[in-house]
Amino acid sequence: MDYFIQQLINGITLGGIYALIALGYTMVYGVIQLINFAHGEFFAAGGYVGVILLSYFAGRGLMETHPWICLGMSFMLTMGYCAFLAMGVEKVAYLPLRNQSRLAALLSALGVSIFLSNALMLTQGVFDKPYPGELFNGGWEFGLVTISYLQVMIVTMTIVLLVSLNILVFKTKMGMAMRATAQDKTMSALVAIGSNRIISLTFAIGAGLAAAAGIMVGLYYGSVRYDMGFVPGIKAFSAAVLGGIGNITGAMLGGLIIGMVEIFGAGYISGQYKDVFAFIILIAVLYFKPTGIMGVNVDDTRV
Amino acid sequence: MIHEFKKVWKPYTLGLLWVLGLLWPLLGIHPDGTLSFERTLIVWLYLLVVSFVCLILYLMNKSGHLELMKNPLSAAWSKGAVAAKVPPVWGWFLVGLMLAMLFPLFTGRYHQDVAINVLIYVCLGLGLNVVVGLAGMLDLGYIAFYGVGAYTYALFNIHYGIPFWVCLPVSGALALVVACIVGYPTLRMRGDYLAIVTLGFGEIIRIILNNWMTLTNGPNGIMGINRPGIFFPSFADGFSWEHLWLKKLWLLYYVALGLAVVTILCVHRLNFSRVGRAWESIREDETAAELMGVNTFIYKLLAYAMGGMFAGFAGAFFAARMKFVSPESFTFLESAMVLCMVVLGGMGSIPGIILGAAALIVLPELFREFELYRMLAFGSVMVLMMLFRPEGLLPAKRLGTRSEEREG
Repeated sequence: MDYFIQQLINGITLGGIYALIALGYTMVYGVIQLINFAHGEFFAAGGYVGVILLSYFAGRGLMETHPWICLGMSFMLTMGYCAFLAMGVEKVAYLPLRNQSRLAALLSALGVSIFLSNALMLTQGVFDKPYPGELFNGGWEFGLVTISYLQVMIVTMTIVLLVSLNILVFKTKMGMAMRATAQDKTMSALVAIGSNRIISLTFAIGAGLAAAAGIMVGLYYGSVRYDMGFVPGIKAFSAAVLGGIGNITGAMLGGLIIGMVEIFGAGYISGQYKDVFAFIILIAVLYFKPTGIMGVNVDDTRV
Repeated sequence: MIHEFKKVWKPYTLGLLWVLGLLWPLLGIHPDGTLSFERTLIVWLYLLVVSFVCLILYLMNKSGHLELMKNPLSAAWSKGAVAAKVPPVWGWFLVGLMLAMLFPLFTGRYHQDVAINVLIYVCLGLGLNVVVGLAGMLDLGYIAFYGVGAYTYALFNIHYGIPFWVCLPVSGALALVVACIVGYPTLRMRGDYLAIVTLGFGEIIRIILNNWMTLTNGPNGIMGINRPGIFFPSFADGFSWEHLWLKKLWLLYYVALGLAVVTILCVHRLNFSRVGRAWESIREDETAAELMGVNTFIYKLLAYAMGGMFAGFAGAFFAARMKFVSPESFTFLESAMVLCMVVLGGMGSIPGIILGAAALIVLPELFREFELYRMLAFGSVMVLMMLFRPEGLLPAKRLGTRSEEREG
């Protein structure tokens, strides 16, 4: 039972991270019907910029005196960096192809993905880059179950981000514009919503969330690698499909489910095949219910 | 030209500043708590110079300043194209084949090695071309079938000593069966979903190869696979058949060449058959194809399985040539590279794909000192091709005219 609860806690942590990445896929897909292959690379770039900033603060000795401010600054700057990256990528590689065939946009996205991961490799090296480790040691122990401070931080941060995203999308004017663009680009253009700006914004928000997930993964596993975006990218995509692509609530739910399945699969079935479970879910969902679990009311909550 | 420049300088400058802003945190912030600008600026200045030259060339081309140089070139090009049409296609094919046959006579080991690589990738590219170029399904897990073919030969050869020539069809058949198993559930999806599901399947197959220790020896791979052998008539004492291992590289080159030629002929025949037309109709508009009575599911499955089979043949040869297989040879990046060849050469065009494979293998060999930047270049080639020339370097000729072309 202890083992089960421990796995449940780990699953929630990982699931929250996947949910953050999945949101980027689902929002971009909702707005321009493109699978943004480069999204995993935004996540990896987030992890790298996070480690660079945190090591910088640690090197200046600020980490001992103001750890929370440093962490907050790192999160903010990294999310800004990735948003900036994503907006530029969208302008360069996706905007000119908007009226071309979908295969062209998809191939372009794939090219961007390969380019970015190799640019990361060239600037940061081939080897794992460790996070400054002494940040969140320790945790609470309940018998055999341990909840580390890091897990609490990750889950809290995830909840904060998800709630603010929900407020942004469902309660503000900007979110309304986003939802309108997702539903009908021509019509929303007629009521004076600049669709290009909204699409840029969607990319920026998605990449910002992925960047936050990147730092979390870096902190959680202790290091980052230039190709770390690939597999979590596909898993997060599976999560987005599982939740019904284009659906924000679905992506959050899907992320949690994929995280749980991976952790429980690794714990109870086989650790070596942990990457396979997400793919199997993806294929099963696409085969039996391509709209996903939340994909029924597409009109209302699509972005 | 100045007028043209006025139009583009703003986005150009913004783009360069964007690159600078992205580069600096990666290169200029150090873990010991110091900031530096030197390295970033050097890299950025390189980019500035290169991009400025490209911009100037682009603008000169646009405003007609390059006409002086371009006119004779394009005239020569069109003249050459007319001249190239005089002999039939098979004539050019035979000339190319002759040159390829004579190739090992004038070259050394290194060149033959590169040529064998090119031929393997020609087979792979043509196989993927059936799936992507003809049937229009983006397959990102293609390299898995290559892996299946390679492991089939490796395992049969290691455990049962079955020779290459028997295993070659078996490898192809097994890759075909695996492609059918994978394709059956996935091919009901369209477009981008299909891409990601095939990517998932490709990874699953690689993970299985990596983790099934008892069968595949995991990440350590399988060593000591035999080369192909042939029976050679020997007249030493009377007449007998002597068994020879193809140890010399140029002999292997001919095997690869044979494989590539067979693949080229098969794909060519498929392309211009009833099946090929059905594939093209599915690529252009799946719903319309279905309405016209094309059994889209069967034809898509057929395309997928055919692609897998060609990859299986190439895989068996790869295992025989390297004498070693490990899951590392079958990663997603390999799939992306084959796809890049198809895209660069022109989807659906056989000469284009041969050109694409040759370019993407030979160019990195020529620029060995830039080895690190290889994948970076592949990624940007893919984006640039999509932006400026989506039909590829040697676009496929289409039969008949399309309705939209007639209207336009």
